[in-house]
Amino acid sequence: MVVFFRGLRDGLLTTRWPKHSDTYFDEFPAAVEVLPGNAQRDLLRRALDAAAGCPTAAIAIDQMPKLDRGKCILCGRCVATAPDWFGWAHGADTARLRRDTLVVSPIPETDEALDAVRTELAPRVRRLLRSVHLRHVDAGSDGSDEWEVQALSNPVYDLHRLGIFFTASPRHADILLVTGVGAAGMTEPLRRTLDGMPRPTVVIAVGTDAISGGLVGGGYTGGTGIGELVPVDVWIPGSPASPFSLLHGILLALGRLPAASRRAS
Amino acid sequence: MTTAATMEVQLPLPQWRAEVLTRLCTGARFGGLYCTHQDEDAQLRALLVTRTSVECLSAELSPGADGGLTFPALTPDVPAAFWYERALHDLSGVTPLGHPRLDPLLLPTEPGQLHPRPGHREPGGEVPASDRQGPVDVTGHGVFTLPLGPVRSGVYESIEFLIETPGEDIPHFNIRPHYKHRGIAKRFEGLGVNDAILIAERVEGIASVAHALAFAHAVETLADIEIPPRAEFIRVIHAELERIANHLDVVVRLCDAAGLAIGNARFGWHKEQVMRLVSHLCGNRFGRSVVCVGGVSAAPHMSPPTLHAAIDDLAHRIRADRRALMESPSFLDRIRGTGQLDGKLAASHGALGPVGRGSGFDDDARLHRPYDGYPELPAFEPAVSTDGDAMARLRVRWAEIDAAVDLIQHACQRLSGPVDQDLAVPVDRHDGFATGWAESPQGEVLYGLELREGRVGRCFARTPSLHNMVLFHDVFHGDVFTDFPFIEASFGLCYAGVAM
Repeated sequence: MVVFFRGLRDGLLTTRWPKHSDTYFDEFPAAVEVLPGNAQRDLLRRALDAAAGCPTAAIAIDQMPKLDRGKCILCGRCVATAPDWFGWAHGADTARLRRDTLVVSPIPETDEALDAVRTELAPRVRRLLRSVHLRHVDAGSDGSDEWEVQALSNPVYDLHRLGIFFTASPRHADILLVTGVGAAGMTEPLRRTLDGMPRPTVVIAVGTDAISGGLVGGGYTGGTGIGELVPVDVWIPGSPASPFSLLHGILLALGRLPAASRRAS
Repeated sequence: MTTAATMEVQLPLPQWRAEVLTRLCTGARFGGLYCTHQDEDAQLRALLVTRTSVECLSAELSPGADGGLTFPALTPDVPAAFWYERALHDLSGVTPLGHPRLDPLLLPTEPGQLHPRPGHREPGGEVPASDRQGPVDVTGHGVFTLPLGPVRSGVYESIEFLIETPGEDIPHFNIRPHYKHRGIAKRFEGLGVNDAILIAERVEGIASVAHALAFAHAVETLADIEIPPRAEFIRVIHAELERIANHLDVVVRLCDAAGLAIGNARFGWHKEQVMRLVSHLCGNRFGRSVVCVGGVSAAPHMSPPTLHAAIDDLAHRIRADRRALMESPSFLDRIRGTGQLDGKLAASHGALGPVGRGSGFDDDARLHRPYDGYPELPAFEPAVSTDGDAMARLRVRWAEIDAAVDLIQHACQRLSGPVDQDLAVPVDRHDGFATGWAESPQGEVLYGLELREGRVGRCFARTPSLHNMVLFHDVFHGDVFTDFPFIEASFGLCYAGVAM
């Protein structure tokens, strides 16, 4: 009983996102953005320096700098080297439905292809309503991604309030969350898990490691991302992806995002 | 900077083995064994940890008549070397002669498979996807193998436990961590130190700060530099926050195993608060990119008095919930006497971190081989228990959370002074070999780093998880299936650091 009252004393801990905005969601530096800096030559040189210093070669410069969030490990080196060109993007709404839209440049692109992806995904998740079961597979992570996925069940994020649950069996799973670089040893277990899931399935690549292999992948055990191993529907960048980004990605897959954060994703 | 220097002693192979055994008899602890290639030459390195320093004994290996590299195995005399010799057999292709069980550990063995040979200039080749059956050791009426993993039933890292059981008891099991082997050792190579420290942060992602510290210490020892005092305290703050988060994670998992929904929710909330505090300090929830070679990359985005108050609040709430948890009989009954690790075994193996300290082996790098701001801060009581069960490990963790809170608050006071210094010093290029260490939440992280032409030639990251994981075999005394999650959680290991 005493414990019960202690819980009440702290009030409501759970975030009110997605129905209402959340300060931590809005302020978390979950990605790097390319600033529309004025295209002076000497400034572009600094962007070139940043590209050369990027440990995962996530920055490409073709007249204007482009940054691939699917490769970015958020080390912040480019922000320190070329603050005119790169800055922290605040807000955890980083998940995307297409791999190529993770590449950000100062010129925003409007894309009809995104609508096509959305229309293709919608019938697969229509019947899930408020009973969605997630299965997680670690395909060679560094351990931090699992912490952030686990955090979704704590009272702050409380996935259950949205009708989303983790399941132990692939037979009950609707969505597969995959973390890690996609190491050779996990290729078969990952394939078997996906095979064990009832159709249709939705696959979410969680973290930069899962998208491109990040910094660690690409060695002798392969691991250049899980995109080559399983068909990915949603890409959530981040090293590791924060719980709010995960929540954003899951709701993006389900088509349940509020209109404001749906537009770009 | 680490206060004790590293010595590397080169010996011929027969003397090397005798010398390793002598040192171990005279009080040193076995810290790790690995092999490094330089072109076609191979060298064995044994890391021996004494109370105040780390020594490295190395020996050249020369090819035998058939061209293969061999050495007399240490395992028959030094049981702690069991997994290290299996790992170096997989990675470097060196055969320890007389090893009791040379099964693959980190790489699946397929016919004709190459060894990646860490240290060698060439890339590691390619490892095929393998899906072989694991070994079966126990046979008899009604005994069967229950595979737990590689895909676990909750949100856990991939690892496989092959539990051989007649139904309820766990008489024997095999651990196969190779599934998520990422080839970390080779990824370090050829990188400059500023890039390599980013790899170090990802060896065990939940102990990023400790790994970055151990790596930075090795480089700083090699260059013989002192980092600015302010940077030393900022490093302590991040290392201790990481410790609190990790220990709370263990509590959450223990509550989860016991089905305590309230404990699970409360400590899950506290852990989230710690991680948010870290992200307010540095922009990253795991304290990544804070530690850099030569100091720290930026000052915390929070004033020391604010941090002091925040950690005070947090500690107050954690203590209140801890009292309630440690009075719940349904919880205590599950961890009392569960997963007993014998004190003698813990000492002879050199069990690290809370696993060792829960069994009376009190080694703590922060106290005995101090680094960064620790010698400047008031000494804390080492948390030791001699009970050796899951309960003892939990009590050690509670005491360490208290000590961590004190350390952070003292460090905040020391940071409150005037800000007039840089937070990092430049580090010149120095080639050679050095060790570096730091006490992660899981135990001592030990790096053996060799720089060639300013770049990493070979980096051996000895994680506490790899060292402690072997002991998992020896803690099931009459414990049954339902005790497994408690014992696993009470070890608190990171399997990424086991599989490398």
